[in-house]
Amino acid sequence: MSVVRISDDSLAKACGADALAAAFEKAGATVERVSSWGMHWLEPLVEIGGRGFGPATPGDVDAILDGSSALDIGTIAEHPFIAGQQRLTFARAGLTRPLSLEDYAATGGWAGFERAKGLGSEKILEEVTQSGLRGRGGAGFPAGIKWQTVARAAGEEKYIVCNADEGDSGTFADRMLMEGDPFALVEGMAIAGLAVGAGHGFIYLRSEYPDAIAKMEGAIALSAEIVAPFKLEVRVGAGAYVCGEETSLLNSLEGKRGEVRAKPPLPALEGAFGKPTVVNNVLTLAAVPHILAEGGASLYESLGIDRSKGTMPVQLAGNIRHGGLYETAFGISLGTLVNDIGGGTESGRPVKAVQVGGPLGAYMHPDRFDLPFDYEAFTAAESLIGHGGITVFDETADMGAMARFAFEFCAAESCGKCTPCRIGAVRGAELIDRIRDGGRVRDRIELAPQMHNTKTAARSQEDEVQLVEDLCEVMRDGSLCALGGFTPFPVMSAMRHWPEDFGLERKV
Amino acid sequence: MSSAARIQEICAAHSARKGPLLPILHDLQAEFGCIDEEAEGLVAKALNLSRAEVHGVVSFYHDFRPAPDARPEVQICRAEACKARGVEAIVPDAERAAGKRVRLSTVYCLGLCSVGPNARIGDAVYSRLDAERIQQLVEGA
Repeated sequence: MSVVRISDDSLAKACGADALAAAFEKAGATVERVSSWGMHWLEPLVEIGGRGFGPATPGDVDAILDGSSALDIGTIAEHPFIAGQQRLTFARAGLTRPLSLEDYAATGGWAGFERAKGLGSEKILEEVTQSGLRGRGGAGFPAGIKWQTVARAAGEEKYIVCNADEGDSGTFADRMLMEGDPFALVEGMAIAGLAVGAGHGFIYLRSEYPDAIAKMEGAIALSAEIVAPFKLEVRVGAGAYVCGEETSLLNSLEGKRGEVRAKPPLPALEGAFGKPTVVNNVLTLAAVPHILAEGGASLYESLGIDRSKGTMPVQLAGNIRHGGLYETAFGISLGTLVNDIGGGTESGRPVKAVQVGGPLGAYMHPDRFDLPFDYEAFTAAESLIGHGGITVFDETADMGAMARFAFEFCAAESCGKCTPCRIGAVRGAELIDRIRDGGRVRDRIELAPQMHNTKTAARSQEDEVQLVEDLCEVMRDGSLCALGGFTPFPVMSAMRHWPEDFGLERKV
Repeated sequence: MSSAARIQEICAAHSARKGPLLPILHDLQAEFGCIDEEAEGLVAKALNLSRAEVHGVVSFYHDFRPAPDARPEVQICRAEACKARGVEAIVPDAERAAGKRVRLSTVYCLGLCSVGPNARIGDAVYSRLDAERIQQLVEGA
């Protein structure tokens, strides 16, 4: 009997993969636990000899084994969702056992690292710069330039820090990479170490990802000799969203409160423990082994559009029929991703809004679905690609409530270092309530005779809207980091596109 | 072994690391279920920090708590993607099932955003929850 392959990704497990695997074993099958293909609506997905069956339950085991199951989706690799992708970073998704060094080496693993060892620092920096790879965490800063800065910084001691604090809702590519292909991240970090002359790397991983922590620790132990003398360790976060911001991540790594640092100095010059430090996202570092493989840099550069080069692992999330991971070259339109690939909403109702780039990304109206997936195009549309997550909402979504949530989230997760974010977020949530209540009358204190300088007229909705706009401007321009600085994106976009959800009249 | 001796042992185990405070606090939280004043003082002494500095760190992070809570915990994700998939509609069911016996806490994102609503109990995660499933989970916690 051929081998039954079932993912051990935490998403598959949350959907019941462990019970399914146990049922197959009970039926006498040999089960191999592999990484996830990224077709989440089909999880737990069973693969036998290349054919897929999903979503399967223990009750489906007999029918799958005797070939009579109605869950048959045909050959997985030829499924339109997979066949349409250009998988570089996720080339091994669904194909390998995550902690098998044998599988990793057999699928081209360590080729980039071995080649990089022969190239030397200057040539590695040149190739990474040539590839056009930009930071996948959200800021989109060219990785090659950052690495050059660290490589040329003075000092013997340098660090590679991987930002694996993937806190944005609607994103899970870092988690999938670490759970499904952890050696790729090890290899990418080891290459970064060679490039800048760093001997030690930290993976700052959020505590909400216990499976990823276990897999990364396992992978580090198994590959220690291969990447030696480069040393790696996992540092576990403690539930603070703001620690995904690179400077607060560095503070947290040092054992301090996760407060944001003012820049300059850049982390590239004074980062972890005051030493020059490369801070890159999981996806950035995991793209490096491919780039350093023979001809990888030119291939990477040939993909994408304008200054957005290579591929982006897009994450389709929220109320979407075909949710999952879709890696493709930059330039694909938002509408294609949501409607054609994602299949529209899972509920079957029309799409009302999509939020791109996590909690700090703008809510896009379907009339902007022509927008190409490209850093500059999104910036021009007052939006951001962020970490590449797309969260779909159907027409039942209350965008006023979502705008309020954006402020609430900012208030809950603010590090408290700068005033616009710490106080603005709280005041913002109150203002949204007042707008939704239709303005407000003055309270008892304001009307007291002693307060004769205070205005006594009731505040109208328009007054409060004006105040939110001013507040958003202050937060955008005055916050130290993206948490306070980008919270205005979801708020203002929701107010602009769906004023009726705030009890406001639509402006013609 | 007294808890003071055990705390000192944990501090010593991490002393060779750079920036050892967070790993130490994670171990303490896991072993004692909280990081109280006494523990803060002992950690401060071991790392040559002021207790204010240690308290500042403990109180900053959601994962550390100042007092133990014997109730089982169920974490429910209420971030955007799970909201888009209807988590708010089932929160009242979870609250009813929890009563005073179970501690329900809100987390922002478990990274399972295409199959929400999601919850986590210990290291196990659960997805595609509806009113019935969340009640079962909370009652079984």
